[in-house]
Amino acid sequence: MLDSALSLFLQGRNFARLMEGLWVTLEISAVSVLLSMVLGILVGLMMISRNPWVRTPPRFYLEFIRVIPILVLLYLFYYFPARNWDLNLDAKVVAVLVFTLWGAAEMADLVRGALTSMPVHQRESGRAVGLTEVQINRYIIIPQAVRRLIPGVINLTTRMIKTTPFIFFINVPELTKVGQQIVEVAGMRNYLASFWVYGFIFFLYFIICYPISLFSLYLEKKWSN
Amino acid sequence: MLDFISHIDLAFMVEAGPLYALAAKRTVFLAGAGIFLSLVIGLVSSLIRFYRVPVLKTLVGAYIELARNTPLMIQLFFLYYGLPRVGVRLDGVTCGIIGLAFLGGGYMAEAFRSGLEAVSRVQIEAGLSIGLKRTQLVRYVLMPQAFAVAVPAVAANTIFLMKETSVFSIVALADLVYVFKDLIKEGHSNENIYLLMIFYLIIILPVSLFFGYWERRMRRAGFSA
Repeated sequence: MLDSALSLFLQGRNFARLMEGLWVTLEISAVSVLLSMVLGILVGLMMISRNPWVRTPPRFYLEFIRVIPILVLLYLFYYFPARNWDLNLDAKVVAVLVFTLWGAAEMADLVRGALTSMPVHQRESGRAVGLTEVQINRYIIIPQAVRRLIPGVINLTTRMIKTTPFIFFINVPELTKVGQQIVEVAGMRNYLASFWVYGFIFFLYFIICYPISLFSLYLEKKWSN
Repeated sequence: MLDFISHIDLAFMVEAGPLYALAAKRTVFLAGAGIFLSLVIGLVSSLIRFYRVPVLKTLVGAYIELARNTPLMIQLFFLYYGLPRVGVRLDGVTCGIIGLAFLGGGYMAEAFRSGLEAVSRVQIEAGLSIGLKRTQLVRYVLMPQAFAVAVPAVAANTIFLMKETSVFSIVALADLVYVFKDLIKEGHSNENIYLLMIFYLIIILPVSLFFGYWERRMRRAGFSA
């Protein structure tokens, strides 16, 4: 049984192609997470604004993104601009765009949570000892907010990685798509091909996401005094 | 730029609507069955860990990490295409429900765990000291309090799982995305996108609103943290 697995992964460029697929998966996740963080911080700050005109649109944005499946958003950005504005976006661009829209919404909510959960006395104590508002933000608020934020951001990264298989549907050659192509070709001769390939991809996702989850948990415990 | 607004083919939407409605009904059934099972699995798993049942707690721990650190799509590919090759044949409906329950069980277990941990030891000791049996303790003391704390997480998981059903077409289930992929081959990409979004909104938005209402009620009653 094991020799069928060995011959499958050693045959031609099968293993290399899976690794290339994995690279696409990680690349799209990494770019999307970075963009989400930048955009998410901006939207998060908008959410805690005192001005309702600034505060309300991000709320609707967040609710909309949370209710619509990501696959539907992928289809929306894949078909809609092409059909209506002759704007043919590359599938990878669509993937990064949609993951960033989604990630930014989640990130914004994390930022909002981290800042609103900060006790008022932190700022007041800063004022009492004569710090300027800039110093209060620089030395008191931001360091604590970042600590509250980081476990959530790491979590978002694993969620992003676990969501990448969705781009299989818009034909981005990520891990799952490559796996399917290998199964289609090798499956005729190698009866166990689908078992090994999908089993291997399952295992790959696990060994990538599990350590990241553990790290996030570790930071959460370390910083929650 | 905005031509797509005035060019909606309403006749097509009326014609295709029932196809989407049928698929939405199927999606709701599959999601309902999968979510119900994931609640049961989550509840049992969290109790096993809470009472530190030997051997089982290790198995449950491993299961939770596997479920939470791998994508549903890969789990489904493995169930539907991989397992038959080693003699386990499951049809699409079974795969969909098992996959969703496997994934969701891990998430629900974590939600209930945080709820159970929030119940103070004093409550358990008080229950035991007035002579409650273990089953009574779980039923009347632990569960009501743990569940109240777990509601927001359970709600988020439920919405997440409903959205995850959007990948069911890979195991040949005729869900909303399946109908969409089928109809869009003949054109009308705008109208099909609208129908896809409308029907997902119809099935997910009420659930989201309901949970929002329920959480507010719980907070007002002072049940949750």
